[in-house]
Amino acid sequence: MAIAESQILDSKVPSGPVQEKWDRCRFEMKLVNPANKRKYTILVVGTGLAGGAAAASLAELGYKVKSFCIQDSPRRAHSIAAQGGINAAKNYPNDGDSIWRLFYDTVKGGDYRSREANVYRLAQISNNIIDQCAAQGVPFAREYGGTLANRSFGGAQVSRTFYCRGQTGQQLLLGAYQALMRQVSTGKIDLHPRREMMDLIVVDGKARGIVTRNLVTGKFEIHLGDAVVLATGGYGNAYYLSTNGNGCNVTAAWRCHRRGAYFANPCFTQIHPTCIPRSGDYQSKLTLMSESLRNDGRVWVPKQSGDRRAPHEIPEADRDYYLERRYPSFGNLVPRDVASRAAKERCDAGYGVNETGQAVYLDFQVAIERDGEAAIRAKYGNLFHMYHKITGDDPYKRPMRIYPAIHYTMGGLWVDYHLQSTIPGLFVLGEANFSDHGANRLGASALMQGLADGYFVIPYTIGDHLARHQFEKVSDDHAACHEALESSQSRLTTLASIGGRRSPNQFHRQLGQILWDHVGMGRNRAGLESAIEQIRSLRAEFWEDLKVVGKNEELNQVLEKAGRVADYMEFAELLAGDALNREESCGGHFREEHQTPEGEALRDDDNFSYVAAWEFNAVGEPATLHKEPLSFESVPLATRSYK
Amino acid sequence: MSAETLTLKLKVWRQPNADTRGHFETYQLSGISTQMSFLEMLDVLNEQLVEKGEEPVAFDHDCREGICGMCGVMINGQAHGPDRETTTCQLHMRRFRDGDTIVIEPWRATAFPVVRDLVVDRSAFDRIIQAGGFVSVNTGNAPDANAVLIPRVQQEKSMDAAACIGCGACVAACKNASAMLFTAAKVSHLTLLPQGKSERSQRVLKMVAQMDEEQFGSCTNTGECEAACPAGIKLDNIARLNREYLRAMLCSSDG
Repeated sequence: MAIAESQILDSKVPSGPVQEKWDRCRFEMKLVNPANKRKYTILVVGTGLAGGAAAASLAELGYKVKSFCIQDSPRRAHSIAAQGGINAAKNYPNDGDSIWRLFYDTVKGGDYRSREANVYRLAQISNNIIDQCAAQGVPFAREYGGTLANRSFGGAQVSRTFYCRGQTGQQLLLGAYQALMRQVSTGKIDLHPRREMMDLIVVDGKARGIVTRNLVTGKFEIHLGDAVVLATGGYGNAYYLSTNGNGCNVTAAWRCHRRGAYFANPCFTQIHPTCIPRSGDYQSKLTLMSESLRNDGRVWVPKQSGDRRAPHEIPEADRDYYLERRYPSFGNLVPRDVASRAAKERCDAGYGVNETGQAVYLDFQVAIERDGEAAIRAKYGNLFHMYHKITGDDPYKRPMRIYPAIHYTMGGLWVDYHLQSTIPGLFVLGEANFSDHGANRLGASALMQGLADGYFVIPYTIGDHLARHQFEKVSDDHAACHEALESSQSRLTTLASIGGRRSPNQFHRQLGQILWDHVGMGRNRAGLESAIEQIRSLRAEFWEDLKVVGKNEELNQVLEKAGRVADYMEFAELLAGDALNREESCGGHFREEHQTPEGEALRDDDNFSYVAAWEFNAVGEPATLHKEPLSFESVPLATRSYK
Repeated sequence: MSAETLTLKLKVWRQPNADTRGHFETYQLSGISTQMSFLEMLDVLNEQLVEKGEEPVAFDHDCREGICGMCGVMINGQAHGPDRETTTCQLHMRRFRDGDTIVIEPWRATAFPVVRDLVVDRSAFDRIIQAGGFVSVNTGNAPDANAVLIPRVQQEKSMDAAACIGCGACVAACKNASAMLFTAAKVSHLTLLPQGKSERSQRVLKMVAQMDEEQFGSCTNTGECEAACPAGIKLDNIARLNREYLRAMLCSSDG
């Protein structure tokens, strides 16, 4: 990808010590008079933790809100599938945690590629989230005395994770959903389920509306407002197989990108170490097994390559507990990127188990002997049950087989400290933005970020935007509305009428394979260049050989899929291009050319300590790179080590 | 577990939209791996239909790991199929035998009109929640989370009820198409917590009234709902709802 560098992006981070930035920002923001709030309409796209929390909180403040989701109910957004927990710096266990430590851990865990000020704010807000959710009736786990329980999670050396069994995401989402429903009942929120956002309407340089398609009737609709909040999740499904829900997609974010919102750090993708391995070509998704399992499970492979004995027949001396061996101080609890690469390294070297050789064991035998089966069942019962159902194997008797899978995407639309994109009036929240997790997200931090953005950041920052600008009245017959509507409709009509031979799913699977092979856990120049070529030619084939059946004016799931795959085809090139540009290894981005003799990631802070924000030019043409330099004043740059 | 392959006959409910009569269509499928999930088997069918230029079977699904509550069909007359505490997406083909005939229908209930094929409209559930399935606390109003202690036993009971995924299997399994288990799960979840206590009377009265308005049937304690529930929601919750309802009717001044 050719790179034209232009202006340096302004993150609008307030000056002063990191602890005071958010206070200062809130004080400096303009406010909207309570009586005037009802005059503004805000469109919130997505109803996961970020979107649901934002819609509810904005409506509570008095704004008119329109809320959109692709599912049949807002309660089904994919935040619901998060299992493990949510971090907060409460320090209830008295084990040395603090806002500063959560901040420090998150910056370090993100391999120094996140924005310090955003991360500090996230750590500050984390405590309010727990209070808010408890007040909503989220049934967090409790100690016998009635206080909240905490556990240690994914690489943290303090116990700061709050949880609801293995269903934390579900319970937090239901909390946000219930708050949302309460506002629907008061008439403050106008709810639009089964709607897909097809385009962003930009008027006089400001985001003023969206084009949606009613997925049941196929009808296109224009919705106008004074600001747009995008909370449409990540792009993990570009890889076809991921732990995401099948409906998750990049379309809304990509359509905004094409309208002028920069896309930041798309190559920062997280590969989760503990997923159920793939069993065949028909496979539609990979199921995550919460990494809380690594608190009690031990990861191993046979010491002898090609050892085909059943796991219980392999004696202790013939097992290689490779995480404990390589990282004695963190052992099985190393962060996700480190654990994933270590599994890949063993499998690539021929020590993998399973028929495919693409799996490692996660063994609970020692924990069951130590604590008893009942204790393990109480902690992980639902996860063991889920594993048993999918694989037919009983993990109480036989170690789980696991392998890494695409799970979360740290990259996303570029936002400033106000969570505003490069299009004024377009705010981006949760996984859809890029800001807080750097090159690697720590466990139990996604829920924290989604809710922080939705409950406690956007209610302030959107007011500042509304108070500082004049909003001309826009109606459906405005030229910008007309253009966005026409182009969305004609794009779908084109997709439906190509008349080729291959289904959208077939193309998606092929694209996913290219990405997994070349832009997965290990990346190198030759592979990335080849991936870009392959993506381009697959995209050309897509527009010639796509087959869509059914009508446009009705529920048509093949057509929906075709539209999403068309956007992945464009997005994938940017993903590979960003990975090619970043000549260093950091977090989830591992460039094989840049590693230490022991195979650990080698960052290049002199040349790559920046956010890569890409500006769209045209399909097939290089995007323009804009840099936001990152400076680390509070957490000095250091090499991550978990040894 | 090693994989085998199955040949199956599927009888699938096809209905273009809410206003058109539906019918069963028969399909032959072969080479279905026992390692596939039920929805992956339907994916295979749909890919074959698209290949032939026919319209694929529409069905709702998303997470494919049993938590979002989006999927759900009647499989041989049983909501979510033969396994207990299992959603349709979690059901695997190793549960079936070579040569089996599988009948696949949408949820059947007046309150859940068919949208297309196996897709139904469950927005009635959202409206029941809108009627009162929440705690009225605005963002920013919360006290410290540990300021209100909740005994573990109480929290565990509440969590048992809160685990409902809102899929609608309870309604589909019930001969009266009653939504009592769904409504009772939310009433229980919130009533069992101190945070939900202040609105308990209004909540139960309004949610039950909405349930009736949506044309869900009456509960006769048959227990099919509990047997079909993939989230393990127990009938005790219905007993609790009835107690809460009576209490609100007889004793509450704010009811």
